[in-house]
Amino acid sequence: MDKYWKKSSRIWPVLTVAGFLAALISSVAIPAAQVKVNQTPYRILLAVLTTVFLFRYIFGFFNVKLKSKVNHQAQLYLAVSLLIISWDLLTTKTNTLLLPFFPGPAQILQVIVEDYKTLIISTFYSMRLLVIGFVLGTIIGLSSGVLMGWYRQWSYWLFPAFKILGVIPATAWIPIAMICFPTSFMAEIFLIILSVWFPVAYMTSSGIANIPKSYFEAARTLGGGQMFLIFKVAIPAAMPSVFTGIYTATGISFATLVVSEMIGAKAGLGWYINWAKGWSNYAKVYASIVIMAIVFSIVMAVIFRIRDRVLIWQKGLLQ
Amino acid sequence: MTNEINAKINEIIAKNDSKTAAESGRETNVKTGEVRVVNVSRTYIDAHGSSVEALRDVSLTIQPGELVSLIGPSGCGKTTLMRLIAGLDHPQEGASFLDGEEIKTTHYERGFVFQQSNLFPWETVYNNIAAGLKARKVYKQKKQEIDEYITLTGLEGFEKSYPHQISGGMAQRASLARALINDPKVLLLDEPLGALDAFTRMDLQDKILELWRHRKTTMILVTHDVDEAVYLSDRIIIMTPRPGKIESIVDVRLPRPRVRTDPEFLALRTDILERLHLVSSREIPEFFI
Repeated sequence: MDKYWKKSSRIWPVLTVAGFLAALISSVAIPAAQVKVNQTPYRILLAVLTTVFLFRYIFGFFNVKLKSKVNHQAQLYLAVSLLIISWDLLTTKTNTLLLPFFPGPAQILQVIVEDYKTLIISTFYSMRLLVIGFVLGTIIGLSSGVLMGWYRQWSYWLFPAFKILGVIPATAWIPIAMICFPTSFMAEIFLIILSVWFPVAYMTSSGIANIPKSYFEAARTLGGGQMFLIFKVAIPAAMPSVFTGIYTATGISFATLVVSEMIGAKAGLGWYINWAKGWSNYAKVYASIVIMAIVFSIVMAVIFRIRDRVLIWQKGLLQ
Repeated sequence: MTNEINAKINEIIAKNDSKTAAESGRETNVKTGEVRVVNVSRTYIDAHGSSVEALRDVSLTIQPGELVSLIGPSGCGKTTLMRLIAGLDHPQEGASFLDGEEIKTTHYERGFVFQQSNLFPWETVYNNIAAGLKARKVYKQKKQEIDEYITLTGLEGFEKSYPHQISGGMAQRASLARALINDPKVLLLDEPLGALDAFTRMDLQDKILELWRHRKTTMILVTHDVDEAVYLSDRIIIMTPRPGKIESIVDVRLPRPRVRTDPEFLALRTDILERLHLVSSREIPEFFI
């Protein structure tokens, strides 16, 4: 419950609904200066949002938890609605912002709806690349991190190379990767693996290095051998640190994904941006950006969920 | 008055050095769990680069099934001695043996309970207790024993809790269960109750005694608490620091269960405190004006 500390308001949730309703009304009532824009998808979205916020407000009267959540978020969503209204007014309605670089919300939504097939395929390609690259990168990062954190010999030989190669942004390797791999798909996978590997391996090995000796001693007095110490002590104890590495890797891998798609690929959201730019269709660029925001947020949420699952033992231990 | 007390003390205790203690060997039907420490020395280099003689030429024999306390001020090498017996540390000179076999590294036959419970925070209480079985790769065969140990240590209902969710006393009980499930020949208790409050401490002292009687495991206990040592032990080994060595060994011949307020208990307690130079030997006036 403490998560929702803004909860003693009566007026804000009503204003949120009113805000989205106002956005809808202004979209319908005010004549558009950009006459070519199809405003229907935008209006449908606003109608849906207004209904959702209205129902959330109504159901809040029957559900205390929902009510405090709705109250807490009310001001924020009101601000969002006001932002959308002004954006719409400055673009579609009055043509104040320069086209084609700054299209309005209605136009972006129109592009998403019209070009949904290409966007879905692009999203699929990007996600396939990201998931494969990320999973492999995490596995390689985790295992090399464990080897470096656990065995002195591995650390001695691998760490210096790791220190030098790790700081180079993966995207710097794009030209070389494009030559070395038979397909651009493999080259991109390689680049994502590279970008994930460094933070994960680094945080794994430093996580292992920071484990209190006493846990290993306890495991040894219980009769634990080398494998027990690695898999039952070192890895679980280093997990909080490993996840810090995985977060860092997530951000870097998004960047690597988009950049490498822009340069070498023939599909994907990054490619879509570059392709749309070629046609000077900036609404499509924004459409791709919007989809990235949604998709990457989902990826982050999934990783958070996995983290909460794996580190459930930390619950209540930390703030 | 003083003479009387002294006479009593002499009745209760016999001052033995380690050799005679070994020779006098208590009658016991437990066959395994004899710990022998022979001429062990261990020197450390501390953080400032100066060497610290943690142990100098220490010899000691602990009979199978015996409960022995190591007591002394900090820096007297108690913990070092325990770690050597556990195999967590190695002596520079001398050697220690369990049932005649030289101790070279850790083994589940030499269980260890740490001052801080040292449970694995990422495992539940149940899985912490199971850890020993898993470490020895006998988890599948001996799984059912876990519940026995949970009952034995009074941890029912906390199986699924994580270590930070239970009290310090419970954590130490889980720690005891974790060490005992491996059925060790000797259990090394390194100030296991040091971080607990007085009530929990007394409660756990009884628990340790109960487990000791039940299991007949040799137990070596490091403690700062004279009361605890007298209450629990068959023998008390008093150590002195710089260099760490055995000052004297006190046989505790008080009948069990022991009562902390018995005059004999108190007399023995005073005697040990005096040996540790913790009581200023105040003069008792022979007459009053």
